[in-house]
Amino acid sequence: MSPTLIAQIVILLFVFFMLLNSAAIMVYVERKVAALLQQRFGPYLTGPHGLLQPLADVIKLMFKEELRPKAADAFLFTLAPVISVTAAFAAFAVVPFGASTTFFGLLDHPIPLQVADVNVAVLVIFAITSMGVYGIVLSGWSSNSKYALLGGLRSSAQMISYELSYGMALGAVLLLGNSLSLTELVNGQAGYWFHVIPRWFVFLQPVGFVIFMIAGIAETNRAPFDFPEAEQELVAGYHTEYSSMRFAMFFMAEYINMVTVSAVATDLFLGGWHGPFLPASLGWIWFLVKVGALLFFYVWMRWTLPRYRYDQLMSFGWKVLLPIAALNLLVTAAGVIYFGA
Amino acid sequence: MVPLSQYLILSAILFVIGTLGVFVRRNLITILLSIEIMLNAVNLTFVAAGRAFGAVDGQIIVFFVMTVAAAEAAVGLAIVIALFRHRESLDPDAFTSLKW
Amino acid sequence: MPDQILFYLLGGLAVVASVLVIGQRNPIHSVLLLIASFAGLSGLYVLLQAPFVAVIQIIIYAGAIMVLFLFVVMLLNVGREDTDVDEQSPVFVHRVSMRVGALLAGLLVVELVWALASAGTLGGVFGPMSQAPPAVTSVRTIGHALFTDYAFAFEVTSILILVAMVGAVVLARREAK
Repeated sequence: MSPTLIAQIVILLFVFFMLLNSAAIMVYVERKVAALLQQRFGPYLTGPHGLLQPLADVIKLMFKEELRPKAADAFLFTLAPVISVTAAFAAFAVVPFGASTTFFGLLDHPIPLQVADVNVAVLVIFAITSMGVYGIVLSGWSSNSKYALLGGLRSSAQMISYELSYGMALGAVLLLGNSLSLTELVNGQAGYWFHVIPRWFVFLQPVGFVIFMIAGIAETNRAPFDFPEAEQELVAGYHTEYSSMRFAMFFMAEYINMVTVSAVATDLFLGGWHGPFLPASLGWIWFLVKVGALLFFYVWMRWTLPRYRYDQLMSFGWKVLLPIAALNLLVTAAGVIYFGA
Repeated sequence: MVPLSQYLILSAILFVIGTLGVFVRRNLITILLSIEIMLNAVNLTFVAAGRAFGAVDGQIIVFFVMTVAAAEAAVGLAIVIALFRHRESLDPDAFTSLKW
Repeated sequence: MPDQILFYLLGGLAVVASVLVIGQRNPIHSVLLLIASFAGLSGLYVLLQAPFVAVIQIIIYAGAIMVLFLFVVMLLNVGREDTDVDEQSPVFVHRVSMRVGALLAGLLVVELVWALASAGTLGGVFGPMSQAPPAVTSVRTIGHALFTDYAFAFEVTSILILVAMVGAVVLARREAK
């Protein structure tokens, strides 16, 4: 086995491990931030400052009984959480998280810090994200329960509606970066304007960034757009009938999707691993900091804003967000032609 | 490399499966799905031929076919919903009269 | 050689899934099997060095059109197909018209295979494919051709989609009482 192949496998396992961990860490962060915003302590008793709480949660979930409604479609009921979690993991495969590296001279040629270097990476992310809908829709349908079905229907409509704005916000960035490869897009954001302002696309695309984040929150079914699982109306939405590890898979998929959307936003708008003070080989620290900031924003939104009404969500998506995204794309295209970027 | 003829035979098989579905099934949804199978068989032909001739046009036609398929699915499913409201059935034989 | 094996695997997936699509009584299962078939075709497009088509196959077909189908099936809440014949008989052979249809389809497959086989003996383009020039596979080339040579068709497509959208809304709308 060549050293490059070994390095690739190491990166693959590392990404897998980190994504698994990120779900656990996010559960802890979510609860702690919620507590902070509500002026209470949050998980406190398990381990120092409640740090072992995620572990306790996992153990509890594993020892719970697997329940399945009698009228459920057995095969699809089992398949749905698997689709959800697979799509969540797979989407991260094409996301680069650091500059090409030789691992301190261990390799002859530098390899990119990502699982798969695809030249249509942006489209691949888009394709895999659209597969994630099936996990939710199928869980809703196969459970054979009205709450789950309503949750599944809501989420499919919501995700399709917001995917359009999401895609158009992406399109504007692709025009600026003149590439479909995430690595090239990130490298297009290196350097500074006037030696001060970093050349991040967020400064050229403020509207696009806001649209991307709003659509990203709606895509991942997070508050204030968490209609598929609005507990006051739908018990728990599409995963009402799920328990134990099958439920945990949905839970994990939700958090990993958050991480992926934040990572893609970082690569597209916030300059990826480029930042001041650190050498290029330590760029992944900047990447982590930026992703962490976006994830905090996610959690912050959830505990600050109340949930929308469903009809408000749909009319906002189609009548406000989509026209603005289309306009943004047009203006960007005109700008690229005019300034010859 | 796989020769073009194999791709064409595969595409012919898929097209026939689609045709068979339209002929023998009595469920509007399945009939629409069969039409999608046929369109995909044609797409495969275009991409394979485009690849064999080293031309980009095959892939572009596929792009247009997909657009037409999307439009067809939207209108077709809307018709299915409208019909289902009247007869509570998906059997095309239930809709033989023009007026009800 | 690995290409050939992949071709049989992916092509087999597409064919088997498609056969099952039309052999299912449950529309939800049909829709899902069709997605599996599309996944197989998408793999074949990668094999044909058309990554762009492979990805939009997933995005448009599996990600949008099939979700629409699934949505409608769930909305109408049709479970298993209720036919006027007993459930025990095989799906394909319970009416004369269907037997005729099956016969015609069988005839079509024989014809197509015969035509292709005889064309294969003529040589020409049916020989093994050469390596595609790299330009053909790039998204840039496709985009360029799409907005220059095919610009008119592209614009007409947008009108088609608009018409389809309006048509779908009008057709599916509940009439005001």
